[in-house]
Amino acid sequence: MHMADALLSPVVGTTLWAGTAAVSGYASRKLKREIDDRTIPLMGVLGAFIFAAQMVNFTIPGTGSSGHLGGGMTLAILLGPHAAFLVMASVLTVQALFFADGGLLALGCNIWNLGVYPCYLVYPFIYRPLVGGSKKPGRILFASVASVVLALQLGAFSVVMETLLSGKSELPFGAFVLMMQPIHLAIGIVEGFVTAGVINYVRSARPEILESLAVSRPMGADVSLKKVMMTFAVLAVITGGALSWFASTHPDGLEWSIEKITGKAELPEQEHGIAPALKTIQEKTAFLPDYNFRMGTDFKSVPKKEEAAPSWPGIDAGTSTAGIIGAAIVLGMIMLIGMGIRFFRRRESR
Amino acid sequence: MSHHIVEFKDVFFRYPDGTQALRGINFRITHGESVGVVGANGAGKSTLLQHMNGYLMPASGTVTIGDLLLTKKTRQEIRRKVGIVFQNPDDQLFMPTVFDDVAFGPLNLGMDEASVRERVCKALTMVNSLALQDKPPHHLSCGQKSAVAIAAVMAMEPDILAMDEPAANLDPKSRRSLITLLKTFKHSKIIASHDLDLILDVCGRCIVIGDGVVVADGPSAEILSDRALLEENSLELPLSLQRR
Amino acid sequence: MTFDEKYFDIGRLDRLSYGETFMHRLDPRAKVIGTMLFLLTVISFPKYEIAALVPFLLYPALLVAVGEIPVRFIVKKMIVVSPFAIFIGIFNPILDTRTAAVIYGVSVSAGWVSFLSILMKFALTISAALLLIATTSFSGVCHALRRLGVPALFVSQLLFLYRYLFVLMEETMRIIRAREMRSFGKRGTGLRVFARLIGILFLRTVDRAERVYYAMLSRGFQGDMPSLKRSRMVLPDLAFLSVMIASLWVFRFFPVTDGIGRIAQGLLR
Repeated sequence: MHMADALLSPVVGTTLWAGTAAVSGYASRKLKREIDDRTIPLMGVLGAFIFAAQMVNFTIPGTGSSGHLGGGMTLAILLGPHAAFLVMASVLTVQALFFADGGLLALGCNIWNLGVYPCYLVYPFIYRPLVGGSKKPGRILFASVASVVLALQLGAFSVVMETLLSGKSELPFGAFVLMMQPIHLAIGIVEGFVTAGVINYVRSARPEILESLAVSRPMGADVSLKKVMMTFAVLAVITGGALSWFASTHPDGLEWSIEKITGKAELPEQEHGIAPALKTIQEKTAFLPDYNFRMGTDFKSVPKKEEAAPSWPGIDAGTSTAGIIGAAIVLGMIMLIGMGIRFFRRRESR
Repeated sequence: MSHHIVEFKDVFFRYPDGTQALRGINFRITHGESVGVVGANGAGKSTLLQHMNGYLMPASGTVTIGDLLLTKKTRQEIRRKVGIVFQNPDDQLFMPTVFDDVAFGPLNLGMDEASVRERVCKALTMVNSLALQDKPPHHLSCGQKSAVAIAAVMAMEPDILAMDEPAANLDPKSRRSLITLLKTFKHSKIIASHDLDLILDVCGRCIVIGDGVVVADGPSAEILSDRALLEENSLELPLSLQRR
Repeated sequence: MTFDEKYFDIGRLDRLSYGETFMHRLDPRAKVIGTMLFLLTVISFPKYEIAALVPFLLYPALLVAVGEIPVRFIVKKMIVVSPFAIFIGIFNPILDTRTAAVIYGVSVSAGWVSFLSILMKFALTISAALLLIATTSFSGVCHALRRLGVPALFVSQLLFLYRYLFVLMEETMRIIRAREMRSFGKRGTGLRVFARLIGILFLRTVDRAERVYYAMLSRGFQGDMPSLKRSRMVLPDLAFLSVMIASLWVFRFFPVTDGIGRIAQGLLR
């Protein structure tokens, strides 16, 4: 599943974008030095292929529902990590632009989740060791399924973390994980089979293609464990730094996030009772200083029966009546402007 | 002018899977000639064409283009002289817009921006496609794509133009435009095709390839009216010569 | 959406992107930067914000109106990609039942507020993304990206992908139709057939890449994709960007909706 802009916070979004940009730069540099010229059109056309292939559906055995190919692992096996990463990144970019699948800010997250994990983590450290030099279909099947499952689990888990750290969703960690991981386990198994199927088919139909592709990709898929670990460490530091900055300016926000992760259901201030309720009434009405009394008389909204209102910053303009009226007016204005422009353009073109 | 001569001497070529595609091709084409290359499928026409710009290298024998003998070193230079237009324009138009495609060749020749623009305009005007310059290739019809593919090759101002099945995907009107266009080119032209009427119309000379060798070589009018010869090579008389 | 529907969908959006309106003629860099700033600003709003987001609808509205983009088309595309956001978002009202406000006697829970906020942000971000490509050709966006520092290798990659996207989709469509004609209902759409289909498509793709490479070589290609056309940002582009940045600033940091609402309330007295 793709991460969506609406669930993302600027901190998480820009951090992941920075990470993705760094990896893309790295992949481009490495590739430029090492490839054959024929790889350039090949990568482009393969990108189109993956895109088209992702649009084809197949029925998942046993369930009858339809599934789609991801393709990251297949690409990594065929082209090597750097080329595969760039191809996946390009496919996701085109999807983000033409389908708005996820969004443009979340694109950084999606390329990371669906590109970095299969190409730079799972392929070099799981798939290749598992396969060794073997060409046996059985071995390939096993390695493919294991790799794809792992890559998808990592991706799904990342979506959970990205959503959680953004703080826009109420889903607690436990529940979220319980939803995402099993689904992706199932998807992973199926896609693993398809991946192996494609590789084995190509090997049996035109083995020389796999050979020639292998020749045109960097020797040994040289991704060193040390470098990968270092990159992740650096990223962790950056994320930690960003989060602690975030924490220092919005202490409640981070606390809230951590509580969601650890499972505590309530914020400390949330106690039932009149005192805190009154306190919050006051806070809210103070926000509309000139309208204290009017609130009570005009809209009959004296909040006597209110329970544990949150003292967390944020429940403000969105639900105040001035906000609602304002929203209606602004919407109306925008529609008028939009329709007006359309109307005048049509008149012009007559 | 020796730089427009194309000469194949005893050229042999075998594909990696063992197919002996050319078994001793011999011919000589001089400046300004228009030559058609015909033959059955698998006779070796495309293979022959692919030797003309060094994509394939002969196993034995020599290919001479102008003053240059085809070797790995001279390939690049030869590609400036020989422009090849393929059967499928989608394979030839790989840039995001028509302008970019036609500019690709001149840019690779190292020309400066102003000259490139000039060449592009000239080439597109030649094929009546200047209005299409900002369009992406996938918005064009087959006929338009073929025209642009030709422009893309002509922009390099090659001395020799080679074409592989140029009219294969064209509707009759586009085909007619193509024939008219080709007749205006004064370059040496080598056209491989099944469309014998096109060859009759455009090419003064015709070479018949059969099983990797040159089976016949002479004026088109003669060769293409020799029913026996044609039928031996899995061909027929051009439709315009067939009597009801 | 079925394959066919997606194909026509992309095709339609692609054709729209070659329009000739003022919006289309703006420099792609201005539009890309403007869009990204827009997105960042929208998602920077806190969890429970709704009213302050409303003025941001002006941007997609203007793009649609000036760019002459069919509204129903965009809305339909938005609906198609909404399931994930809705699915995750819907847990907010379920889990967060603290009352946030009481309006006209109806108590509104914080969960619904945050859910609505998510929906608003969704509408704004998705429409902005779609409208970017609807008013800027894909190659325009790619050239903008290159000018903004994205590695040239990656941009060439994107351009090739775009170029062959439609070709490959058509080829895939032919294969799928063949599959459909020979499978009856669900039989034949299973994994094995799928893997084979993909394998065949892959091989054809590799062959095509080979032919393209040959075509490139024949026109003098020696490893570096050549490029041309350096367009400069002119006055309309800079004006667009400045107005955009100024508006984003104002709408983000000043409670405009609220202010308007209060004025209206005052007037109603």
